[in-house]
Amino acid sequence: MGLPLFPPGDDPGPDFAALVRRSAPAPGSGPGPVDVAGMTPAVAHGTTVVALRYADGVVMAGDRRATEGNIIAHRAMEKVFPADRHSAVAIAGAAGPAVEMVKLFQTQLEHYEKVEGVALSLEGKANQLGQMVREHLPMAMQGLVVVPLFAGYDLLLGEGRIFTYDVTGGHFEEADHAATGSGGRDARTTIKLGWRRGLPRSEAIELAVRALYEAADEDAATGGPDLVRGIYPMVATVTADGYTRAEQQEVAERFAGLVERRGIGQGVGGGGP
Amino acid sequence: MTMPFYVAPEQVMKDRAEYAQKGIARGRSLVACVYDGGILIVAENPSRSLHKISEIYDRIAFAGVGKYNEFDQLRVAGVRHADTKGFAFSRDDVDARSLANLYAQFLGQVFTHEMKPLEVEILVAELGTDQRPDQLYHIAYEGTITDEDRFAVLGGETEVITERFAEALQDGWGLDAALRAAVGALAGPDRTLEPADLEVAVLARGNGRRAFRRLGHDELAELLSTPRRGGSRAGRGGAGASGASGPGETTAP
Repeated sequence: MGLPLFPPGDDPGPDFAALVRRSAPAPGSGPGPVDVAGMTPAVAHGTTVVALRYADGVVMAGDRRATEGNIIAHRAMEKVFPADRHSAVAIAGAAGPAVEMVKLFQTQLEHYEKVEGVALSLEGKANQLGQMVREHLPMAMQGLVVVPLFAGYDLLLGEGRIFTYDVTGGHFEEADHAATGSGGRDARTTIKLGWRRGLPRSEAIELAVRALYEAADEDAATGGPDLVRGIYPMVATVTADGYTRAEQQEVAERFAGLVERRGIGQGVGGGGP
Repeated sequence: MTMPFYVAPEQVMKDRAEYAQKGIARGRSLVACVYDGGILIVAENPSRSLHKISEIYDRIAFAGVGKYNEFDQLRVAGVRHADTKGFAFSRDDVDARSLANLYAQFLGQVFTHEMKPLEVEILVAELGTDQRPDQLYHIAYEGTITDEDRFAVLGGETEVITERFAEALQDGWGLDAALRAAVGALAGPDRTLEPADLEVAVLARGNGRRAFRRLGHDELAELLSTPRRGGSRAGRGGAGASGASGPGETTAP
């Protein structure tokens, strides 16, 4: 590997993905078109992730289960990642390509910041991720769909913002909350009912955790809290001070509080007395 | 076809070296040193946006003196190299030694094969871990690479500055003492450098994954003005700001 220098007219600029594509053999360029007609690839799928705005910024949370068909592939998978200091990205869809996309996205944001000397705006970051999802479209057409959820603290506006994506890379800004993945619908409804402007941190985390619980209750591919193994959803906050991951201990306590005060899990057993 | 005049290779190299040295000496100098919390890099640079010191990777910083466009091109290449390597392998596999070697090869190649040598001198600093010590790689315009483990001086007048700085150097000193010594050494006996004349950055332990951090003007002013603590250090530490004339008097040009 020599020093990557380019003539002025042929410089890839601060675009890391373009740089990676040009350096052969290209890592991260992904396999070419694969003929998958007639076969169902066993791919680990990530499942329910939510994001909601609160008083200081945004809360993002994701369940921990990955499935391959009806098999549980991982019980403690992490689906929420720091994209950079002031933003977070969560993934739903095919786990392998999704994690790879997150890695490329993280590197891209840091690469831009180092080459240009300033970080991208939140809008710019959201756009970048959209381009990556769009480039992934051929793979998505073959069943390896990746749908991220992006949220961050906009330092220019001084508030948290949330962006959702579709398979084609189109991205849309959400007003206050969003959820995606197979359990997204149930999670969205739960958040919609409990959300209000200026939620304090503790209540925002509780609402996110509750949404994931309700999603797991209805959706087999979403994992609920695993009290036996001590595995709880992953929760992170992004504020003016940056990305912070909430301790598992705190999430466990929120769950305990929910069960106690809101009577989760009572009277919904179906076959109960 | 006319035959070109024969010029002895020694002469060619000498001329190129002189050319590069002259170019570098026109710019202002830079001092990097190890302190108890990491690595400090201090450059004389009145510009707020055209940086001489920048971040390459988690624990690696870059600093250059000489022609801005030339060392900035090298800086960007370094960021690209490090990011590509970290992406393809692991973040732990990115190290300053291999990057410094690449820089040295490139500078050496340009020096011997191109019409004009690069008028730059660069520094690649790496914050150590429990296994690896802090490392400062100093690469000259012709590709000579030297590794220092305590301090490095780049730019013009290096001998004078080195002498002044070595005089004040202490093991395990704090950020403020190191900063004062570096600023004093850069300024010399006849000048005082204000925070606005300086560009300062650190690779600090305990700064999270990305160790690189720039020090703002306010923070610099505060560090430069804090009264010295501890009586035992006062004598030697004085070589920093006010007492810069002490070590400087013997070699003032």
